[in-house]
Amino acid sequence: MNLHEYQSKGLFRNYAIPVPDGVPISDAADVQNAAESLGGVRWVVKAQAHTGGRGKAGGVVLADSLEQAHSETQRLLGSVLTTHQTGPQGLPVHEVLIEKPTVIAREFYLSVLVDRATRRVAFMASQAGGMNIEEVAAATPEKIITISVNPVVGLQAFQCRQIAFAYGLEGGQIRELQAIMQGLYKLFMEKDASLIEINPLVVDEEGHLLALDAKINLDDNALYRHADLLHMRDLTQEDAREAAAAEHQLNYISLNGTIGCMVNGAGLAMATMDLVKLHGAEPANFLDVGGGATAERVAEAFKLILSDSNVRAVLVNIFGGIVRCDLIAEGIIAAVTEVGISVPVVVRLEGTNAPQGLEMLDSSGLNLDTADDLTEAAQKVVALAAG
Amino acid sequence: MSILINKHTKVICQGFTGKQGTFHSEQAIAYGTNMVGGVTPGKGGQTHLGLPVFNTVQDAVSQAGAEATMIYVPAAFAADAILEAADAGIKVIVCITEGIPVLDMLKVKAALDGGDSILIGPNCPGVITPGECKIGIMPGNIHQPGRVGIISRSGTLTYEAVFQTSNEGLGQSSCVGIGGDPIHGMSFIDCLELFEQDAQTEGIVLVGEIGGAAEEMAADYIRQHVSKPVVAYIAGVTAPPGKRMGHAGAIISGGGGTADGKYAALEAAGVATVRSPAEIGRRMAELLD
Repeated sequence: MNLHEYQSKGLFRNYAIPVPDGVPISDAADVQNAAESLGGVRWVVKAQAHTGGRGKAGGVVLADSLEQAHSETQRLLGSVLTTHQTGPQGLPVHEVLIEKPTVIAREFYLSVLVDRATRRVAFMASQAGGMNIEEVAAATPEKIITISVNPVVGLQAFQCRQIAFAYGLEGGQIRELQAIMQGLYKLFMEKDASLIEINPLVVDEEGHLLALDAKINLDDNALYRHADLLHMRDLTQEDAREAAAAEHQLNYISLNGTIGCMVNGAGLAMATMDLVKLHGAEPANFLDVGGGATAERVAEAFKLILSDSNVRAVLVNIFGGIVRCDLIAEGIIAAVTEVGISVPVVVRLEGTNAPQGLEMLDSSGLNLDTADDLTEAAQKVVALAAG
Repeated sequence: MSILINKHTKVICQGFTGKQGTFHSEQAIAYGTNMVGGVTPGKGGQTHLGLPVFNTVQDAVSQAGAEATMIYVPAAFAADAILEAADAGIKVIVCITEGIPVLDMLKVKAALDGGDSILIGPNCPGVITPGECKIGIMPGNIHQPGRVGIISRSGTLTYEAVFQTSNEGLGQSSCVGIGGDPIHGMSFIDCLELFEQDAQTEGIVLVGEIGGAAEEMAADYIRQHVSKPVVAYIAGVTAPPGKRMGHAGAIISGGGGTADGKYAALEAAGVATVRSPAEIGRRMAELLD
């Protein structure tokens, strides 16, 4: 689950990580109150959407007057923001953050994440603030400093100093960075974050450190113990079909191809997508019906796949382990009977009760193709989609 | 021979009397696994599936000689279950549970460091030595005792490799599903080392997927230390960057962890790679004939 910038900054405040004063609003009528409560004569208007690259896409604007703040807010609210990360469909903007502007003397990059290679929480820092860290990593990897936190003793002061000196900080700034890093580490561990990113972390004109942007991703597996964070979920930022899938405990990701795929197991689902591509077509989706698939869940999965108008044919690939193939067959038959079916379907069943499942499909009278092995299934479905 | 487990291994189940634990214990017993009991706190002294139930893993070790455990407890309690097993001196800990918070596993790994226990998983199908011992959720009937060692990050894709090597008449020495989470126990390299040493294993199948750098590290290890033929398949050529493909670990990020990069590393190490998951068995058969 991802948080908006204003939500992330709210959590930062709770952990004493300094951020600019700001007020999130969802109605342009509130601009004046927000601006007046912040004071000053200029304000930053920041579109709230789960994407980076908002500035370049016109989603972050410096307003020189109340009128301009108002008109930019009006322009952004209800608009769709398209950045290099969102894809062509973009993301809707329902909230903007009105902030006091900061005069930037220097800017850095700082993030916290789980480093799977060392199996530890790691801080990544770079002097190249405001830039895409992935480009920095590719072009000048020597400019990125990584420190690894031993979970037994936690983040140490010397590690904070390492980054402070690498940034070229001095005097009180070193202690300020240490406080920020300790706050970030505490926040990361207490809220089960999977990523916290500050880009940029800046030194303002008075020489103080400030998190100008904030991004937090949370570990979905740990949300059960963070009831206080659940209300921050913004479903408008997520793919509607993916969200619907999650409700039925299905793992669905929409892609741009024409072959709908329904598979049990994430690895086999990816392999099935690859096989479709290998035989000359593109997958329309990733869909894992999971280990404990029931007939109902299979029916929901089928409806989901068919709701994508790009789908020209469907490939069902099930290797029954815990999942029984006869249950899968029952689900397919129920779904096809219920929603009707306008595209060809190829089914490959293997493993537990596969013969029974295939027999049920064959005798259902429905227009379903079956295949004996993976290659045959892929060839068949690609040919049917083309024809 | 085999790796990790055999027909003598004394196995228990944590979460024994739950729905999952019951179902898979029944399957394991039917397969011939030497199950000696199970653990459900508060139900010690009862009998379940004809076997003793213990309150603690410690009791299962001291009273039934447990050496390996399979864990089916819910995600919120799984870290505790793994640590309990390690504390009791269990040698092989197989955690099937999926959905464990990453930071829980981070702490568990730190706690297990330097100890004698081997952790397999979490979020994995488990480990099997065909014809002898099944610890996990894999369908036993597709396996055949034989010559190929299988290591995989995925569940059903492992079954695919097993099924194909069985159909080719090769069979398997042991099969290990190491799991799809970012932080897990046994690595590809740990398994490669055991299979390289195992006399029964003549060839090794490695099934990887996008995300992380485990396949690249395995490639490096194979180049230096593995003399047996290795066939590798990597799932996720078509996966878009930044999208998590079901497994928490299967995500391409920062330009790293792509299938193409992993294939290149494995090929440079002399591994026979296949681009179609349907070719795994045939390719292994070609190499072993």
